[in-house]
Amino acid sequence: MTRIKRVMTMGGMQGIAILSSLALAHADTPQRVVSVGGSTTEIVAALGAGTLLVGVDTTSLYPASVTELPNIGYVRQLSAEGLLSLRPDIVLAGSEAGPATALAQARAAGIEIVTMSEGYTPEAVARHIETVGRVLGRKAEAADLLDAFKVDFATVEADLARVTTKPRVLFILQTGRGASLVSGTDTAAHAMIELAGGVNAVTEYTGYKPFSPEAAALAAPDVILMTDQTVDTLGGKDSVLSEATFAATPAGRDGRLVTMDALYLTGFGPRLAHAAHDLAVKLHPAHEFAPLPERAWTKAE
Amino acid sequence: MDQSRMTDIAESASRPSRALKRPAILGGLALLLALAALLSLATGAMPLAVGDVLRALFGLEVDAQSAAVITMIRLPRMLLAIIVGAALAGAGAALQGLFRNPLADPSLIGVSSGAALGAVTVIVLGGAVVAILPFAASPLLLPFAAFLGGLGATFVMQRLAQSGGQAATATLLLAGIAINAMAGAATGVLVYVSNDTQLRDFTFWSMGSLAAGGWPGFTIAALPIAAALAAIVVSARALDAMLLGEREALHLGVPVQRLKNVVMVASALAVGSAVAVSGIIGFVGIVVPHLVRMIAGPDHRIVLPGSILAGAALLLVADMVARVVVAPAELPIGLVTSALGSPFFLWLLVRRRRFG
Repeated sequence: MTRIKRVMTMGGMQGIAILSSLALAHADTPQRVVSVGGSTTEIVAALGAGTLLVGVDTTSLYPASVTELPNIGYVRQLSAEGLLSLRPDIVLAGSEAGPATALAQARAAGIEIVTMSEGYTPEAVARHIETVGRVLGRKAEAADLLDAFKVDFATVEADLARVTTKPRVLFILQTGRGASLVSGTDTAAHAMIELAGGVNAVTEYTGYKPFSPEAAALAAPDVILMTDQTVDTLGGKDSVLSEATFAATPAGRDGRLVTMDALYLTGFGPRLAHAAHDLAVKLHPAHEFAPLPERAWTKAE
Repeated sequence: MDQSRMTDIAESASRPSRALKRPAILGGLALLLALAALLSLATGAMPLAVGDVLRALFGLEVDAQSAAVITMIRLPRMLLAIIVGAALAGAGAALQGLFRNPLADPSLIGVSSGAALGAVTVIVLGGAVVAILPFAASPLLLPFAAFLGGLGATFVMQRLAQSGGQAATATLLLAGIAINAMAGAATGVLVYVSNDTQLRDFTFWSMGSLAAGGWPGFTIAALPIAAALAAIVVSARALDAMLLGEREALHLGVPVQRLKNVVMVASALAVGSAVAVSGIIGFVGIVVPHLVRMIAGPDHRIVLPGSILAGAALLLVADMVARVVVAPAELPIGLVTSALGSPFFLWLLVRRRRFG
């Protein structure tokens, strides 16, 4: 039922193409695919190959239908026999996949594992899409996806070229009960802020670090950026903004808290142009942005 | 108490009734272990026929993938579970005997926290180390560092607690607490400077897993664990004498200080090797000796080999649970042992308070 629905949402002609390719069941292209990594899974689905997936990892959350597939666990903690039990023709493994011994054991047992190279740039996403398209024998679909991706990105960049002010953005991540983590440079969040025409308010270190309230005030962010999940953990938008930590900052004074879904914001998958667009709209409220066309992979369920 | 009565107590283990009890209990546990080992080979995410498992074991023809699963994944993992379980439970039993404290476990002598420090050092700083010393780039770097950390912490603790070649048990325990705190603080510093991936890696390492060891893990850990457990088992009579008290054991002719050194070094070697290849697996070292003592009484000539056998069997079962319950994913095995072990531990505490 869900599979049929997923095929239908891909849109008329493409849906028919998928069904016919399934019926032909090419022997030379993989028919059972395990995808490790949220962005890789998104690309597989965007290429119309979602029905080939027989297993995903815990970071694969979009499209929502993939969460119903057998789950092989956390990306750094895969089990060789778990992979084998899904009898995949191919495993698409993100660069983080591990441990190395589990992958080596699975390879030794005859499983083909293709390692994806990922990065926090549109070019890296394009390469990622090309790789998945080539491996799955869907080069034409990959070319179409890339064309659309480039057109959308050019639209966002053209709009951003006319933006004159760059707001200072503080990205805060809260995963548990402990201290909030603030993004420095060299993170997906940092790259997204730049892609959306903002400036990361914290560039003193790389990666994520626990942050003191005073340092937050000193960073003087114009906007506070959080994932929806973080805002939920912290008890909602109002309680975040009323916190003393942020009250003294320009962001707190103007009540500028921007939130987005974690995978959408930091996933660096086929929805990157749309995510950058949505973030840019929120970072530059005074500016008019041309709307991006909806794509099959941005509205998939 | 006069000398002859104490000798009588120490010798009481060799009465005829006990002599019969020993082979019965150890034989039963060995049978249990063999059963668990076979079951573990036949269990996993891949549905394999028991016939295929046996055929692959005896080198008969099976399809390539089944053969690979059995000989490259399940067999080394089964052997790893056996040696790790044996090492943790054997060392736990020996330390409980040495400290005459039923709540003693290997973390008491600093070996776990030292190993954790070694592991987190490689996880966080390994990249930088390999950049300077390219030959250090090896999957064995982490086990090696964990092993050194574990043994190093125990060694430092032992040296600090000694004065004039002697170390009082109370001083040893206090030194262990201090070493644990220091290793914990250093681990904390490294966790603080770690990135998200490194932190996750360390978190999973500290919950234990037999998945990543494979044949290399078994090969490097088997020999030190076997040697350490042999040294522990031959100390059984001396540990029995220690149950009467340190001074009494000394009067019975037990070289108490040497016994302390042997048991602590052997325990650190066994646990250090186990932790190096499997991460931290809690509660086996404390729960298993208790289970064996409940069946067999305090005689170390049953408790030590019994704990070794039962620890191996228990870890095999725990690993089966870890592999199967969330397949095709896996649970960290430390979660399984702690989930089973901690309720038992609580029950033990309550029981001790009531009847102790």
